[in-house]
Amino acid sequence: MLDTQPLFRRIIIVGATSAIANQCAKIWLTAQSAELILIGRDELKLKQITSDLKIRSPQSSISSIFVNFLDEKSIQETTQLICEERLPDIVLIAQGALPNQEECQHNLNVCRAALEINGISPILFTEGFAKFMAKADFGRIIVIGSVAGDRGRQSNYVYGAAKAMVHRYIEGLQHRIAGHCHNLSILLVKPGPTATPMTRHLQAAGASLASAETVALEIVEASNKHKTQLYTPKKWGIIMFLIRHLPSFIFNKIRI
Amino acid sequence: MKLVQSWGRLDSKLHQVVLLTSPQQSKIEIKEKFPGLAFGNGRSYGDICLNPNGFLWNTQGLSNFCSWNPETGRLTTEAGVLLKDVQQTFLSRGWMLPVTPGTQLVTVGGAIANDVHGKNHHAFGTFGDHIIRLWLLRTNGQEIECSRSVNSEWFEATIGGMGLTGVILKAEIQLKQVSGPWLESETIPFQGLEDFFSLSDSSESKWEHTVSWIDCLAGINTRGIFMRANPSKHIEREKTASKPKKIFFTPPISPVNKFTLSFFNTAYYWIQRGRSGKSIVNYKDFFYPLDGVLEWNRLYGPNGFYQYQSVIPRETGLDATREMLKEISRAREGSFLAVLKTFGKRPSSGLLSFARPGVTLALDFPNRNVKTLALFKRLDSIVEEAGGALYLAKDNRMSSKMFVKTYPSLEKFLPFRDPGITSSMSRRLFGS
Ligand SMILES: Cc1cc2nc3c(=O)[nH]c(=O)nc-3n(C[C@H](O)[C@H](O)[C@H](O)COP(=O)(O)OP(=O)(O)OC[C@H]3O[C@@H](n4cnc5c(N)ncnc54)[C@H](O)[C@@H]3O)c2cc1C
Repeated sequence: MLDTQPLFRRIIIVGATSAIANQCAKIWLTAQSAELILIGRDELKLKQITSDLKIRSPQSSISSIFVNFLDEKSIQETTQLICEERLPDIVLIAQGALPNQEECQHNLNVCRAALEINGISPILFTEGFAKFMAKADFGRIIVIGSVAGDRGRQSNYVYGAAKAMVHRYIEGLQHRIAGHCHNLSILLVKPGPTATPMTRHLQAAGASLASAETVALEIVEASNKHKTQLYTPKKWGIIMFLIRHLPSFIFNKIRI
Repeated sequence: MKLVQSWGRLDSKLHQVVLLTSPQQSKIEIKEKFPGLAFGNGRSYGDICLNPNGFLWNTQGLSNFCSWNPETGRLTTEAGVLLKDVQQTFLSRGWMLPVTPGTQLVTVGGAIANDVHGKNHHAFGTFGDHIIRLWLLRTNGQEIECSRSVNSEWFEATIGGMGLTGVILKAEIQLKQVSGPWLESETIPFQGLEDFFSLSDSSESKWEHTVSWIDCLAGINTRGIFMRANPSKHIEREKTASKPKKIFFTPPISPVNKFTLSFFNTAYYWIQRGRSGKSIVNYKDFFYPLDGVLEWNRLYGPNGFYQYQSVIPRETGLDATREMLKEISRAREGSFLAVLKTFGKRPSSGLLSFARPGVTLALDFPNRNVKTLALFKRLDSIVEEAGGALYLAKDNRMSSKMFVKTYPSLEKFLPFRDPGITSSMSRRLFGS
């Protein structure tokens, strides 16, 4: 029997309830219908987002999977199942949680959880998908890192350490595929502080943050252009260049 | 703490901003962080959306559509969704909001809390008239679902209720079927208020949208441009909308003064006069001309600006409007934006709704402190005398005495206030 269904782009979003990921989904679905698989931990929120996206894009097929983000076995099974069914065109890995730095210092449980959800979990998912996508030399992988990974700072170095790990990991993966993959692109995104539920306390403290919508627009654009790294909003590229290059004797004098 | 301003930029005060991200999280948040006030997109001009030094519950994270029925055109949506999002999503499927204010950058919750009106009041009433149901969250954690038939008293208090009855979490809206984004419009220059009224009266039965721009400096020889439009069946591919321009900085002194103003007004009148006649226009250009320039409110300089919008019953409307325009032109105040429109006869759904039968005049005034406020005092007495009222969405300074006198259903509204909600405006007008 002939399959008369149009072959939609297959888009996988891990950490789909994150505000940036949700905005990316809206942008992708506004541009064209797709087959979207949302992976998350919060079942109720996943349900709300799924029905919102279904209303926005009735032609699309949207489903959600509820996965334990730290269980390598479920991650392996999920990524394998998805890829063997049909290789994704786009994978966005967006999960994360901003811990309280002081709590991490006092409570090693909190510290470990922060490292796992921001560092290990994104890597396991990326590796799970990369296994199939690198072999087929196909698709785009987008991973959300952070400017916090560029230099350890007293205010959030546990979170920063996890994001730095993701940075090194992506660098290695990009190195691994360089030379023999021409159709697979891997983009590491480094958003500056963005107005999302994760930065609620920063907003309450009066910080002026980029909107999730602006950040998402830049991500989609960079990934369309097969970029490998993106600071968003763009000014963060300059700010982090300066911070990375400040000599320690000056850096250690400023409280950031 | 964060500095927050409303659209008039009259002052900027510190607030504890709390982002609401889902109905279930809102329930926990506002039970702990109160007294506070819901904030939509800050498109109100005055102090109705401000609560300095207190909590401000930012509703923009309540941004999901919940359900959509393509047969009936009924949409259930969370309250932080922008009208722009609704228009963009459903227009291509042949549905639109039946009533929309002059900017689409407002939230559904904000549009309900001010029971906003559009250019088609005579045909479609206010935004609240198309709300089927809403879900209200009180600061004590109670959730109230209300409609015209269930908990109807809550429904009437919340539409136009300035956010003071609780946080609107979701609403069910009846959209209107349209054949596309186009309108057939006609532009007619007029001289004198009598002309305006006769154009309005003769247009209302045949035209869905009517509105006029007037030259507020022309005094008793009021001249203006009358615009009317109907949805069009014109099928044509939508031109790609030009990217909105943005005012990036606030000029140190406002370029809006009596010299530039009289120049602008005269120029605008003659340009529009030259363009009079029929044309096909896109809904965005007709409904939201100001959305094409983002943050145009900065043009009034660091002191900000007021908008003064009144409604006067038809019987006294002509004389009172003439009287107001005389005062304004004598004071050489006012600005480029001066809008005159008649409201239809239907009563609004909300106890404190602004729109009522009569004629409404809306004008921007750069803030020149004492001078501007003195003019407003004179305008207030004309409005009160004529049995009219001021629009709370635009107000920042009306006295509580005038409010009590001009909003006759106030007594009925009071029992529905949420004791955990307060705003600058509620303290000014209600004393708490
Ligand atoms: C360029 C421009 C043109 C305009 N044209 C018109 C027009 O033609 N007609 C008209 O009627 N108005 C007009 N307005 C005014 C505007 O439509 C209203 O002020 C509208 O209420 C603003 O919505 P907002 O989402 O920005 O809400 P805000 O201004 O942030 O808040 C307004 C009120 O709504 C309450 N509120 C917001 N969200 C909720 C919620 N979820 N639950 C409970 N309460 C809530 C707030 O507490 C506050 O009392 C115009 C404004 C501008 C800037």
